[in-house]
Amino acid sequence: MSPIVLTVNGKRRSFGGPAFTRLIDFLRETLRLTGTKEGCGEGECGACTVLIDGAPVNSCLVPVCSVAGAKVETVESLGAPEKLSRLQQGFLDCAGAQCGICTPGMLMSAHAHLKAKGAKADDASVREAISGNLCRCTGYQHIVDSVLCAARKTAKRKR
Amino acid sequence: MPSVGRNERRREGPEKLTGRALYLDDHSIPGCLHGVTVRSSIPRGRVKAVHFDPAFPWEECVVVTAKDIPGRNLVALIEPDQPLLADGVVNHREEPIALIAHADRARAYEALKRVTVEYEPLPAVLTLDESAALKQVVYKKDNVIKSYLIERGSVEEGFARADFVVEGEYRVPAQEQAYIENNAMAAWEEDGVMVVTGSLQCPYYVLKAMKEILARPADKIRVVQTVTGGGFGGKEEYPSMLAGHCALLALKAKRPVKMVYDRHEDMAATTKRHPALVRHKTGLTKDGRLVAQDIEVVMDGGAYATLTSVVLSRGTLHAAGPYECPNVRVRSRAVATNTPPNGAFRGFGAPQTLHAVELHWEKIAAAMNVDALQLRRVNLFKVGSVTATGQLLRESVGASDCLETVVKRSDYAKKRRAYDAWNKDPKKPTWRGIGLSVVHHGAGFTGSGEVYLASRAGVALTRDGGLFVLAASTEIGQGTNTMFAQVASDALGLPMDWIQVETPDTHKVPDSGPTVASRTCMVVGGLVQRAATRLKADLEAAYGHLPRTRAELKAAAAALCAGRAAHRVEMEFEKPKEVTWDDATYRGDAYGVYSYGAFAADLEVDKTTYEVRVLKATTAQDIGKAIHPLFAEGQIIGGCTQGLGWALLEEPVYKDGVMVNAQLTNYVIPTSLDTPPFDVVVIEKPYSRGPFGAKGVGELPMDVPGPAVAAAIKQAVGRLIPVLPITPERIAKALS
Repeated sequence: MSPIVLTVNGKRRSFGGPAFTRLIDFLRETLRLTGTKEGCGEGECGACTVLIDGAPVNSCLVPVCSVAGAKVETVESLGAPEKLSRLQQGFLDCAGAQCGICTPGMLMSAHAHLKAKGAKADDASVREAISGNLCRCTGYQHIVDSVLCAARKTAKRKR
Repeated sequence: MPSVGRNERRREGPEKLTGRALYLDDHSIPGCLHGVTVRSSIPRGRVKAVHFDPAFPWEECVVVTAKDIPGRNLVALIEPDQPLLADGVVNHREEPIALIAHADRARAYEALKRVTVEYEPLPAVLTLDESAALKQVVYKKDNVIKSYLIERGSVEEGFARADFVVEGEYRVPAQEQAYIENNAMAAWEEDGVMVVTGSLQCPYYVLKAMKEILARPADKIRVVQTVTGGGFGGKEEYPSMLAGHCALLALKAKRPVKMVYDRHEDMAATTKRHPALVRHKTGLTKDGRLVAQDIEVVMDGGAYATLTSVVLSRGTLHAAGPYECPNVRVRSRAVATNTPPNGAFRGFGAPQTLHAVELHWEKIAAAMNVDALQLRRVNLFKVGSVTATGQLLRESVGASDCLETVVKRSDYAKKRRAYDAWNKDPKKPTWRGIGLSVVHHGAGFTGSGEVYLASRAGVALTRDGGLFVLAASTEIGQGTNTMFAQVASDALGLPMDWIQVETPDTHKVPDSGPTVASRTCMVVGGLVQRAATRLKADLEAAYGHLPRTRAELKAAAAALCAGRAAHRVEMEFEKPKEVTWDDATYRGDAYGVYSYGAFAADLEVDKTTYEVRVLKATTAQDIGKAIHPLFAEGQIIGGCTQGLGWALLEEPVYKDGVMVNAQLTNYVIPTSLDTPPFDVVVIEKPYSRGPFGAKGVGELPMDVPGPAVAAAIKQAVGRLIPVLPITPERIAKALS
């Protein structure tokens, strides 16, 4: 059987293991991209959210074979500690991360939302966009503030 | 410029935001095996035999049972009653019986399926009521793990003087901490030292347990915290068990072993909030003054004592609420059941008893035909009040400020009237209600607990100019790293970015006590402040003045260290002289100080589906001083959201002694769409003994939402529902 080929964070990757290996295991164990977290393994908590062709998906529910040819983006595709992305900076400024375990998944959902909505994002749209990502620490308000803070900066830049 | 009071950036924020922060399962450990646990499938019985399927290649695995324990088969904490691995007897479902490790995680789980345990079942008690009624004795002679009595004045005399006497009974369920990172630990032997590392709140609790299990001194065991994905009390005592399991496997395998629970195992097997039953009988004069409170508390401790005695203590000490009453009796006990042990969860017994005392005001108000707000105003603590244990409140009492702030900002009085009118209109699709609560929450350990703990924390300056805060208090999301750096920076008079906070590692930091009980900022922060103040004086003495540049800091460090590797200053907890407490009589200053909080829940109930939607949450909380205002607000909103979950959504459902909804699919915690907008006001009534005036904030927010929500639902649907969570099913039942 030929290996499964896909793009992860802009790099072409191939996987020759069992076709039904979960995407999260391929990312964490094969590629050592451990930014993507597993919280429940059944698609409820959203900690493992990655983008597949731009759309947020729970990587614990996706077999690698179903993303052959797709573009996968993980938290590692955003900024680096010394050069945070606008969204990550929003989370740092507005205390959107506490324990941090839900944060990578939360960022990916928010990232997709801002890409789609840009400066039009508002409280209600952000809450809807992150409703598949459970956070037990923050009560969400600071996360919503963080995303909107990044959205406003996006808007400023556009003007 | 001072750092305290400023919203400094989260110390470990950039690593957490980029996926580079390494939680336990993110660590790649060469040669690591994966450990799994054989657990009891019955609530109580004798283990007759453990069978290993001969068709399975067991030589690939390492198997550990109780006989492999080099020291005591005990998870040492308070009572010596809980074995690390069941040895012949099981007392609850999911109790660990044996351990298996394999190089391949999937094969380890396959091996688990090839083990069968043969039991001789024994009669079990599965609920608080069965245990309290002594259906079967399963723990010591009467199922009672612990009991307390608080008496002030004479309740009989109080009731004789009362114009109104109102009785009520309230029940609250267990609650799952539901941190998003499940329990996870790894262990390996390194030069004769057992290294244990993982997701945990209390490194020295793990160390204490490991000394007994391994029969080794502290210098042959090293406990190190990894980045921890939430705790909320759920990683206070359980990590001692998991660390013991990992270490046993690692010893036998002579290789590193990692154990990472999946969500189902974590929810089914680890500790929960104690379910409780609370009865109130309250006497008041016709002007609304309390003259007698007779309170009975029963908690379900589960199969072993773990932290139950301390949880019950805190619940007992908060049971009368933040009100002055001359005659109070609180009788409390915790009983054992054959269910997984209940343990620490944010609030630690107080949310249970505060829910009852606060919701009881609604019953009293209805009986007296007044608003509960008026009754609270008459009786609320102020400076000079005396509590049920005879504690005089000398300072820092923000109860009334919190309540009045919330009443004003939530528009309570006006909305109360408007919602009465709304609810009379049959054309409206919903019923609406607004409800209040106000509470106190003792900061730090109960009674003489801080004296017994004798915590130590400090600061160190290395000879090359490295400045470190040294404490075993863990960062679990609440902001410990940032807060310690802020406190040390201001006490030293040096820039915050010169200061590092050492990783909690028992070979590097002193025992500053557990990261629990709203004590990290107030108690340990206070030790850091004292140590940093001393270091500042030492620096000035050695160098002539405080260093102004990094180069000067290096020179000053060289002068101060005088050839030693580091100059280390540690401080130990000193009991404030005015605090006196008697454990035998439960009289005196139960806590050094209390934080206060009030909450208004503004909500509506759908007339067709009975779904509750919280429209707005308003809260004011007196925490003495917000060292980091944004993080304090984060604690408040996050804690209150857990309280809203407990009030409306979360209920572990037990069948045959085990949680059957042990999944995030059907144990539902609030999402962003379930959570209302919050209006938060931080009130700062400084405490003279806290660093910069700070008191505790961690647990207080958990106390307030439950009773306010229940009171609001009472206004909405016209029924007082004395049980949590208030699900659509419970509303339907109340209305039928």
